[in-house]
Amino acid sequence: MENVKKNNYRSHKRAIRTRNFFVYFFLILMSVIWLIPFLYLLFQSFSSVYTTKFFMPYANTPENVAAGYPVWTFNNYIKLFNNPYYHFGSWYKNTLIISAVSCIVETVMVLGTSYAFSRLRFSLRKPLMKLILILGMFPGFLSMIIIYFILKLFGLSGNIYSLILIYIGGSAMQYYIAKGFFDTVPRSLDEAAMIDGANKNTIFFRVIMPLSKPIVVYTLLITFTAPWGDFMMPSYLAQGNDAARTVAVGMQKMITTLENRAEYFPVFCAGGVVVSIPIMALFFWLQKYYVEGITGGAVKG
Amino acid sequence: MADKQAQVLESQLEYLSLSKPRRILYKFTHFFTSIPKKIKRAFSSTPGKARKLSSSFFGVFRNLFSAFRYGDWKTRLSALLMGFGLVTRRQILRGVFYFLFEAAFIFFMIIIGAPSLGNLGNLGYIASSKHTELNDIITISVPKYYDNSFTILLYSIITIFLILLFVVLWYNQLVDSKKLQDSENIGKYASDRTSVKNIFDKSYATTLLAIPIGGLFVFTILPMVMMIAIAFTDYDYLHEPTDKLFEWVGFYNFGTVFSITSSSGGNSILLQVFGRVLLWTLVWAFFATFSNYFIGMVVAMIINIKGIKLKKLWRTVLITTIAIPQFISLLLISQMFSDEGIVNSFLQMLHITSKNIRFLSDPIIAKITIILVNTWVGIPYTMLICTGLLMNIPEDLYESARIDGASPFTMYFKITLPYMLFVTGPYLINQFVGNINNFNVIYLLSQGGPSFTAAFVGQVVPALVRDSNVGQTDLLITWIYKITTNSSYDYGMASVLGLMIFVIIAFFSLIFYSNSSANKDEEAFQ
Repeated sequence: MENVKKNNYRSHKRAIRTRNFFVYFFLILMSVIWLIPFLYLLFQSFSSVYTTKFFMPYANTPENVAAGYPVWTFNNYIKLFNNPYYHFGSWYKNTLIISAVSCIVETVMVLGTSYAFSRLRFSLRKPLMKLILILGMFPGFLSMIIIYFILKLFGLSGNIYSLILIYIGGSAMQYYIAKGFFDTVPRSLDEAAMIDGANKNTIFFRVIMPLSKPIVVYTLLITFTAPWGDFMMPSYLAQGNDAARTVAVGMQKMITTLENRAEYFPVFCAGGVVVSIPIMALFFWLQKYYVEGITGGAVKG
Repeated sequence: MADKQAQVLESQLEYLSLSKPRRILYKFTHFFTSIPKKIKRAFSSTPGKARKLSSSFFGVFRNLFSAFRYGDWKTRLSALLMGFGLVTRRQILRGVFYFLFEAAFIFFMIIIGAPSLGNLGNLGYIASSKHTELNDIITISVPKYYDNSFTILLYSIITIFLILLFVVLWYNQLVDSKKLQDSENIGKYASDRTSVKNIFDKSYATTLLAIPIGGLFVFTILPMVMMIAIAFTDYDYLHEPTDKLFEWVGFYNFGTVFSITSSSGGNSILLQVFGRVLLWTLVWAFFATFSNYFIGMVVAMIINIKGIKLKKLWRTVLITTIAIPQFISLLLISQMFSDEGIVNSFLQMLHITSKNIRFLSDPIIAKITIILVNTWVGIPYTMLICTGLLMNIPEDLYESARIDGASPFTMYFKITLPYMLFVTGPYLINQFVGNINNFNVIYLLSQGGPSFTAAFVGQVVPALVRDSNVGQTDLLITWIYKITTNSSYDYGMASVLGLMIFVIIAFFSLIFYSNSSANKDEEAFQ
């Protein structure tokens, strides 16, 4: 009897050990798969020449250069900013300005809309929410063509900064997540503040906002990073004007019209690294809020 | 009531007594047998709804009637001079605003509104004409522009919206004026100070929503209405405004997509291509959504297993994908998987294959590659969401299941999955809709992939397929993008396809939202 028990205990331990082995194997494999493209991007950005044969560059020795191997170099980053064909500096500046301005204005709009839909009761509340739901089903891209022409009528079509207007105009559509979050803040807090004589404005800024730090930071983060990846509308607006592109459009055009791939693919990769670094730093800095925001607001049953 | 409860209970007992395949059958038949009941219920609730609607409808006229019948001269005059009643009753700010609005409205109607509306029927008569002009020495021919169909259509729609806004504001100020008159009669006054105070309290919703909803009108609703209108016109590269006019063609564009013998080519290529693109769009949306969801959930569960170390590290590795702008990783991966990319050259170096695998240029392999890459992109998001939620599942559920001898698989399918599906339902449908319109992944990875044109060699291919160079991995949304950006663009057809996307998405969303619990009680968590 005693023996059997001991055996069972052992086999259980062994089972856990084998399971852990497989789990770690899976996790390491997964990490490799997820990291390879980024390592590739990083290595290529320091590589003197692009060939499909090498994952990373070799040491910068005369023999390697003579053999035609890619070697470590920082030239790509210099080339990126001093380039007659690609105005990377101005793309970067455009994107930075657009995302900074639209991030601040949009966050105020999104949170205001969410608060109104979550806390205030007015006759058009339900109809408006339904309207926005239905509008969300319409492929937004189609309206871009018309927006382009509307901007053209006002002489704003070639101006990449009109994107700010467009992003702000769409902010009402993004109320879902923040509203979901506000819905979970207890209503009794509002009532207590109201009894103390606070008006709706004070409740919003002094009661709800401080309690919703994750969702505020989440909204800031999302609205800041969105312009960096948005592709369709900027590509419409920047037609025929190379300098008036955002990084997403510029780099897509760069890689599809690459003349000298061996020389310029590493430059593209350098651009990718330069674009990624600030976004990544911001993201890891505010990661806690992102996770809280997305789990607190996006999902509720 | 008790009768009904007993009935429900009985049917539930009946359901539980069935074996598994029979339960599925029961659910299936129940869905169809309950349709008449549902229809009946919908009809029986109609009179109540209609009464509610009509009472609010007639309430408008009742208010108007009382304003004219019992209002004093100030109130009556504000029917003509907007805001007059308010200005004379201490609400100068609002009154002046209404008056200025009226003036601007009349000015707009005379200058732009009325002429545009007059031209709406045929969208203009003459677009341009050659016009000879004596230029100091020689006579030159200068084109002179008259009507612009696009502007006419756009201004007409703006005018219609403005007229609606005018009617609403006109009604509001009239009723307000009457209200002020009534409260004045009992000695209560509301001055400008009250209305300023209301901005932050009683009418705070208006304050908050004015700009966002206004933006929604200008940048979403107006273009949307415009796009729907354009679906009924022949607006394409042959009818580009300033040089040419476009005009109403009714349902002709819809007919072109669905006709088996297309007028231009005499074959059904357009319908075939449309069918295949639509099918791929749906297949893609389904796989992209559910592969991400289930694999992401499994990854989250594996990381969550007790006793696994470095949990934070594994999560951070995945989160890196979210932190780097998507277009960079997608463009890079499209290079890595291209025919002469690094993946192919490595596979050959390791002697796994002898010739290039056409990851993104073979119709079937490209589809699989795209779905796999999308999983790579999407899993981290699902993992993040699931990690938090999985920890919320009460541990005692698993405890008791374990005591009852449940295997891990049973626990997953009986506890974890139902809970997760219930909680993440809205997220899932948003993902599905988002994937139908997922422009970035497709366009940045394969640009639509291998073209359809090769499949129709020797046949007359419609311009919509040939010039747009629609490919096997194109979604409806990327096809539209191509239709509108190539040299023989056709906005009319693009809008028709856009409307189809809308119909498909609306179909799936409505099915979901009508059954969703999150939609029914939004205050459940307060």
